[in-house]
Amino acid sequence: MIEKTLGKIYIGLILVFMYTPILVLIALSFNDSRSRVVWGGFTLKWYRTLFDNSSIMSAFGTTAALAFVSAAVASLIGLFAAIGIYSMKKRSVKVMLFFTNIPLLNADIVTGIALMLWFVRFFPLGFVSVLTAHITFNIPYVILCILPKLETMDIRQFEAARDLGASTAYAFTKVILPDLLPGILAGFFMAVTMSMDDFVITYFTKGPGVNTLSTLIYGEIRKGIKPEMYALSSVLFLLVLIILIIANKTDTVKEN
Amino acid sequence: MSKKLIELKNISKSFGSNLVIDELDLYIRENEFVTLLGPSGCGKTTLLRIIGGFEKPDIGQVFFDGCDITKLPPNQRQVNTVFQKYALFTHMTVAENIAFGLRIKKKDDDYIKEKIRYALDLVNLPGFENRMPDSLSGGQQQRIAIARAIVNEPKVLLLDEPLGALDLKLRQEMQYELIRLKNELGITFIYVTHDQEEALTMSDTIVVMNQGYIQQIGTPEDIYNEPENAFVADFIGESNIIDGIMVRDRLVRIGGKDFECVDEGFEENENVDVVIRPEDVELGSVEGGYITGEVVSIIFKGVHYEIQVKSDIGITFMVQTTQNFPVGSHVGINVIPDNFQIMHKPQSEDEEIMNKDEAVKDEHES
Amino acid sequence: MNRKRTRFLSTPYILWIVGFTVIPLLFVFAKAFTDQSGTFTFGNVTAIFDSVHRKALLLSVELAFISSLICILISYPAALIIKASGVSNKKTIMFIMILPMWMNFILRILAIQMLISSNGIINHFLTVLGISPMSIINTPVAIVIGMVYDYLPYMLLPVLNCVLAIPEDIIEASKDLGANRFHVLTKILLPLSLSGIGSGITMVFVPSMTEFVIANILGGGKIQLLGNIIEQEFSVSMNWNLGSGLSVTLMIFVLLTTVIFGRTTSESDRGFVI
Repeated sequence: MIEKTLGKIYIGLILVFMYTPILVLIALSFNDSRSRVVWGGFTLKWYRTLFDNSSIMSAFGTTAALAFVSAAVASLIGLFAAIGIYSMKKRSVKVMLFFTNIPLLNADIVTGIALMLWFVRFFPLGFVSVLTAHITFNIPYVILCILPKLETMDIRQFEAARDLGASTAYAFTKVILPDLLPGILAGFFMAVTMSMDDFVITYFTKGPGVNTLSTLIYGEIRKGIKPEMYALSSVLFLLVLIILIIANKTDTVKEN
Repeated sequence: MSKKLIELKNISKSFGSNLVIDELDLYIRENEFVTLLGPSGCGKTTLLRIIGGFEKPDIGQVFFDGCDITKLPPNQRQVNTVFQKYALFTHMTVAENIAFGLRIKKKDDDYIKEKIRYALDLVNLPGFENRMPDSLSGGQQQRIAIARAIVNEPKVLLLDEPLGALDLKLRQEMQYELIRLKNELGITFIYVTHDQEEALTMSDTIVVMNQGYIQQIGTPEDIYNEPENAFVADFIGESNIIDGIMVRDRLVRIGGKDFECVDEGFEENENVDVVIRPEDVELGSVEGGYITGEVVSIIFKGVHYEIQVKSDIGITFMVQTTQNFPVGSHVGINVIPDNFQIMHKPQSEDEEIMNKDEAVKDEHES
Repeated sequence: MNRKRTRFLSTPYILWIVGFTVIPLLFVFAKAFTDQSGTFTFGNVTAIFDSVHRKALLLSVELAFISSLICILISYPAALIIKASGVSNKKTIMFIMILPMWMNFILRILAIQMLISSNGIINHFLTVLGISPMSIINTPVAIVIGMVYDYLPYMLLPVLNCVLAIPEDIIEASKDLGANRFHVLTKILLPLSLSGIGSGITMVFVPSMTEFVIANILGGGKIQLLGNIIEQEFSVSMNWNLGSGLSVTLMIFVLLTTVIFGRTTSESDRGFVI
């Protein structure tokens, strides 16, 4: 009994450690004072002025566009790549996985620098260079989400569909694709997350004038973060929370 | 008679609202091969886990050699278990697996080495010391699991459906192997299975369980030839279970026709269940039959044919015979008095519950 | 599927790997082994032995090592507790552990700064309680707190995945053979969760070692990790050759870590997917 209580306290402490900073940031979004440590009373004004702050809104637009476009392109390339890798011989699979692991394992700073050195030779850094960089580090996540699904998939389903008269394309879209869909969605979602959370690679590959939320915040550290930023982050956090809860719920319902 | 080694007294166990074992009493003698037999969910595995120490009964006590071991954790019990899916330690070699228990008991290296060799010989896998469990076939893993358990010299070996994952041929081989092991080791085996054939082949004593209750305890011959109720008759082998009326001692009425039997002690005109094993129904010429019938279907099963005969008293019999009777042919049907097994209709509360549960289950399934 | 034909579906990806993974890395090497006029030199790589760089490298390794160790010490007992509690809803647990990662990374580090800085929130409370305030901001301790905070999920997830995947019957089998709780831990649980711990270490050690943002914010710019030095070579000193040379050193360390702690990133261990 004592052991169970101690266990609960331990897990509780970890959760406190993980969530206190989040709560601090959410609290700051309601703080009627520009100071980071003084509570100036409750206000909703940062949420109201949020949309008037053009630099935040444009950084948000860039971040969202980057995240969704890079995730979509990465999902497409990654899906085809995963199917290709799945059909390869064992040795080729090893080689492919080795290269797939490079952006995952390599230090972000090295990936960022490498891409930057390469890009600057051809064109000025800007949105396109950041987008290319994001696609590059997103593809591996997509592949690693889809490959296990392919490996556990029963290939005989595809053969059965062909046997029943389906064309390759028809069998692929009606049989294989629905089976892979959870993996593709997981990969897409992870790519969006990784893209939104990235700072280092964006920092090195972006040109002047292009800002994501991360780089904007980094640039403002010394002058002080605008309270609207806390408001936007809280909204985004809440949005993700709601999406994840809904996704989890529908998942559980399906399983039952 | 050897002494009682394990005694279970008034054991009940439930998981949540699900009562798995209900006020069960059972004893197991030294050197017995006891099989707990029943369909899935009958409580047999839970009972085994209670003996092994992995579950604590809600009420009741477990005695080992006269001592109450109800609260003793598994690592302090003189029993060892062979798990359903073998549960070999995948990160250790075969030798390390077998040595596991001995190392914990701090036996010296020579002793352990000798024991490993002895155990591998015993399970017919000499020279397998340095293999990894993953590289072994199911049957080999099974033998290693047994070797790992027996080097600890337990007084009782618990086996939880150990042959369930093997294919038919291997399963039959392992049955002989287990009987041999049991005889060589001279210890008690408690064996859990849902496979009646395994139970009949290997056991000294079979405990038939259903819905948390013991239905019958007896030798394989007892259980097969004289099932105490319709559940046991149905579960062990195949049976024709027919409604009948006990007209008087040694005379039973089925479908309006009176048959001679050998059973006594029933009330006059009591409603009874009549069990006739398919191999005990004799088919012959129409003239020689006590009753007659028409062959509805026939299936070749290898050693015998399985035939459905619709009799003129309105009852369809399942018959096993080595003779071929074409579909549509008319046959005479005989059953000698010895082969009628007469049983009371379920009356006790437990049996009622059992039947009701069955009925509810059937409804769910349909 | 016709495997010979479907193989070619990965062609775009192969081109992408060549174009945006392999060639850029070759560029780093090209820069690293030339000086600013373009002649071949080892100077940029051997520059790691300069006292400033060496100090930064050693500190980076040290802090990354400490952070990884603390992450293991936090995660492993947590995984055991969660396993023992028999919680069946693994998804929810994972969910709770990853959720903080959806708050912007830099904001989270700033929040840590607000909490632990000299006139920060924790010190406010300590003063109110009459306890003398702590001064850990701008020290290596603060950086380690930030790293542990940021990378803890990377350790928790693989370790938890691995520990939860250990079949219950193996643990029961060991108890059946006489193992007490200590034996179960040392002979069964730990050996069987090494792969999870290994991938956790790479996933915490590599980013901690190459980090510069956390060190900038929580170290107050006074503490130089190798990442900071490389970043400054590119953004301030504009010596790209030296920056590339130091990056090559960094890559060697990353490679060493992944080799030492084993094959890692593959499928099951990276339990990100919700």
